[in-house]
Amino acid sequence: MKKILLAGTILIIGLAGVTHQTLADEQVNSLRGDLALDDNSTEPEMKNWQLDRDPIERDHVKQPPLIPHKVQGYKINLKFNKCMSCHSWTKYKEAGATKISQSHFEDRENNVMANVAARRYFCNQCHVPQVDAKPLVENTFQSLPTVK
Amino acid sequence: MSMKDKFNSLKVWLAGFSVVTLVIGGIIFGVLSWGGFNWAMELTNTEQFCISCHEMEDNVYMEYQNTIHYSNRTGVRATCPDCHVPKEWGHKIVRKIKASNELLHKALGSINTREKFENKRLKLAQNEWARMKKTNSRECRNCHDFESMDYTAQGRRAYKRHIKAVDEGQTCIDCHKGIAHELPDMHEVDASVVVGQKSN
Repeated sequence: MKKILLAGTILIIGLAGVTHQTLADEQVNSLRGDLALDDNSTEPEMKNWQLDRDPIERDHVKQPPLIPHKVQGYKINLKFNKCMSCHSWTKYKEAGATKISQSHFEDRENNVMANVAARRYFCNQCHVPQVDAKPLVENTFQSLPTVK
Repeated sequence: MSMKDKFNSLKVWLAGFSVVTLVIGGIIFGVLSWGGFNWAMELTNTEQFCISCHEMEDNVYMEYQNTIHYSNRTGVRATCPDCHVPKEWGHKIVRKIKASNELLHKALGSINTREKFENKRLKLAQNEWARMKKTNSRECRNCHDFESMDYTAQGRRAYKRHIKAVDEGQTCIDCHKGIAHELPDMHEVDASVVVGQKSN
């Protein structure tokens, strides 16, 4: 019995060693790249906000639409919401903007309000502008054909 | 000594000089007093002068530092008087005289705390909007003139609306409110741009 246990332990240790070796051969790099711990990582290229363009297609159902323009300096506070100066129901036609969805007028008890509900007030909690950034790691994500 | 006597003694004193001396002296006196007046007025036309009052430095100046007129990609900066004081002499004098009202309110302490300032912000902003509307945003146009604007170099949101604005005779301040300072509570101006209820 003892001999079997001993043989088993040796086998496991041996296998673990082999696996470890295989992983090391593949050379897993961190997102920082192949740098020594005390090296400075290379400075990433600065990304600029994308200029005005057509509405960006959605990738899944109920995705908050992305913002197809710059929003630098746009303020949202208790006194004023810059986004609403174009996207409100009274302004969207004149501004040629997308109208804010009716769903944003409902509070959490589904009461319909006369104005944007407090929980929907901070637009950029869900809607974000874009830079031209490539995915950091490869992935096989594909958007739904039905919402494209 | 009566007024007439004073005038006569001045006449006697002036008669002691030749015409040439009087003309040259008059020119020098004129240049010095006119230059001195303008020099003193220009002193009140600097950012340093504007923010020598804490009302300006603690409120509007702080807010302005986060905006594009303070810091931007080209490094061109518009300071307080560039927007708030007309460039032409006549308009400038009128504005300066009107500004004496601001000295009164400085003395009265009308906005000497943040709370007082916030309570007055809507009225103060509306005053300035009205002034710009009335002059067709004259101070904006010292730099931003429709005539010299290349719409094709603008973003598509901007160029569409700028062309429309020209056609409809709109002026800068009609749309560009709150670009250099925080906006007041907009409930009374346009309730559609604020969250549900009035904030207090």
